[in-house]
Amino acid sequence: MAIIIDENTRVVVQGLTGREGRFHALRNREYGTKVVAGVTPGKGGTDVEGIPVFDTMVDAVEGTGANASIIFVPARFAGDAVYEAADSGVGVIVCITEGVPAHDEARFVNYVRRAYPDTVLIGPNCPGLISPGKSNIGIMPGEITLPGGPVGLVSRSGTLTYQAVHELTQRGIGQTTCVGIGGDPVPGTGFIDCLSRFEADPDTRACVMIGEIGGSDEETAAAFIASEMTKPVVAYVAGVTAPPGKKMGHAGAIVSGSKGTAAAKIEALEKAGCRVGRNPSEIGELMAEVLKSI
Amino acid sequence: MDLFEYQGKQLLARFGVPVSPGEAVDTVDDAVAAAGRLDFPVVVKAQVQVGGRGKAGGIKLANSTDEVRQHASNILGMDIKGHVVRTVWIEKASDIAEEYYASFTLDRAAKKHLGMVSAKGGVDIEQVAEEDPAAIARVHIDPLVGIEDYHARQLVFGAKLNPTARSGAIAVLKSLYRAFVELDADLVEVNPLILRPDGSVHALDAKVSLDDNAAYRHPEFEALRNISALDPREQAARERGLNYIGLDGEVGIIGNGAGLVMSTLDVVNQAGGKAANFLDVGGGAGAKTIANALEVITGDPKVRSVLINIFGGITRCDLVAQGILDGFSTIDVHVPVVVRLDGTSAEEGRALLAANPRDGLVPAATMLEAASRAVELAAEGAGVSPGDTSGGAGKSSGTNGQGA
Repeated sequence: MAIIIDENTRVVVQGLTGREGRFHALRNREYGTKVVAGVTPGKGGTDVEGIPVFDTMVDAVEGTGANASIIFVPARFAGDAVYEAADSGVGVIVCITEGVPAHDEARFVNYVRRAYPDTVLIGPNCPGLISPGKSNIGIMPGEITLPGGPVGLVSRSGTLTYQAVHELTQRGIGQTTCVGIGGDPVPGTGFIDCLSRFEADPDTRACVMIGEIGGSDEETAAAFIASEMTKPVVAYVAGVTAPPGKKMGHAGAIVSGSKGTAAAKIEALEKAGCRVGRNPSEIGELMAEVLKSI
Repeated sequence: MDLFEYQGKQLLARFGVPVSPGEAVDTVDDAVAAAGRLDFPVVVKAQVQVGGRGKAGGIKLANSTDEVRQHASNILGMDIKGHVVRTVWIEKASDIAEEYYASFTLDRAAKKHLGMVSAKGGVDIEQVAEEDPAAIARVHIDPLVGIEDYHARQLVFGAKLNPTARSGAIAVLKSLYRAFVELDADLVEVNPLILRPDGSVHALDAKVSLDDNAAYRHPEFEALRNISALDPREQAARERGLNYIGLDGEVGIIGNGAGLVMSTLDVVNQAGGKAANFLDVGGGAGAKTIANALEVITGDPKVRSVLINIFGGITRCDLVAQGILDGFSTIDVHVPVVVRLDGTSAEEGRALLAANPRDGLVPAATMLEAASRAVELAAEGAGVSPGDTSGGAGKSSGTNGQGA
């Protein structure tokens, strides 16, 4: 099994007729993803390499039975696209767009969570997700993954996700689903959302979690792992040698306490029983050891 | 984007937050002239984006023209924790009865706006947070609803502010919140927010940080940008649209995606080297971006080798390879460049580099190998072994090349 998306996921691409939307939608389709529609206001009735384009999300969902959307529109239109996707009734929304204003994000993330508690919003500013061999929704290079599990992967960083997946695949370790949740301040989906799904997924036997400096999401996830996870977690945190960001004002420090540094995150994860790699290669090595022991 | 105090105050004033009249000046003569237009006593305040300027002598009270002249000439040019003071803010001095703290920011964990108020303002508020957390009242505000009076009341009563300050503080908090949202700020913070003897509540300082992602709907942001504070390398990078942070090491780093670049810094450190910079070319970088990045990095005299670590997703490795070759033809690349390409179009990219060998262009198969090679080459360039340059912080992992 996979989490969030699988072979039954039918995706509509918001921004299909743009340069990036087109490039990645066609790559996703080539991978085997059911890319069933595109939405570009004013271009309804046309098509992109056989993918029908609709003017609105409602039309696209009615016309094709789509149950997921991926967003490639520019940052200033991203909020609009997320609201339209949520209101159209799709159960999965993947927002690739980066550079979305934080206040917009705070509003639409809260809206989706409240109005559509069963809808999964991933991103913004994320690489998307892939259930290898089943569906690839986003910009991850599908060819670096290996179908069949048993590892579920969740990551805050885009390219570091590829690196980690690559390390697993090189060692013959497959993946159930890899989720890039994105590094924005208010991600639609967090570590815990994904870890709890992996915990419930019978085909996932172990997890990889990749964090980075800033915020306190890794620490919160560590507490969840300690109390709720029976499956082993291998973790990695980027930014051990990153210069301390010059943070203005005190509010951020008051909110997060001493958290935020890579050292604090690694300590919290180790305390929670995770094996923590010192570099991306060690993610693969440690996972190979962990899988042997279970 | 962090603003100076005076910029923050001018913005907050637009939303009705009471601030003292004042002027920002960058010469001693202008400081004296500005003081003449205000009433004595005035305060001469260093404008730097770093805390602790009061303790460093960057804030002085002046009762006369002579004192303004003396303080302004001391403070202008002063170095406060590495920040050179280029501007001072001259403002009319305030009588202070009590000092509070107030701020609005985004609480990432709660996904809500967070308002905080404390009666223990002025002092080190982070210390208050640690030692007496109950002294800071906190209220979460739903971003879809915004501030209601009760939020402000809860903060003011919760922080046990002087009853005299209540109505003034509630009004200030509502204005401050409106500024936070309408300016697309990441943070608005007033410390101290003062109660004056006449019962009015007044902002004596302002820290405002704006969200660069929202700059497109705030044309006024560009004028507020403090280019002069940037390191010249950072300025050159900004002009080329690159996300660059200058560091002190000798291995220049180019990568795609902040996480991978941070991880590359870590791996270089583990290999016994030190990064000269953080440079993220972002997603979908083309040949031009890569050539620009190479130009910025090789323009740094401290750089002894360059490590290009690309894992293509949205970025195509064939375009990256082309950019590297373009860089080698158009600029003087005088240090070795180690290149690791994986992901989208990696085979095409590697083939392109293999078909066009250049002196000093070193392909590497993995991230760890690339980091070790770059560290070795940097050490050869500097004539010392990698261990010597890192202060013993790490060792060259599994490689035998120890440089010259």
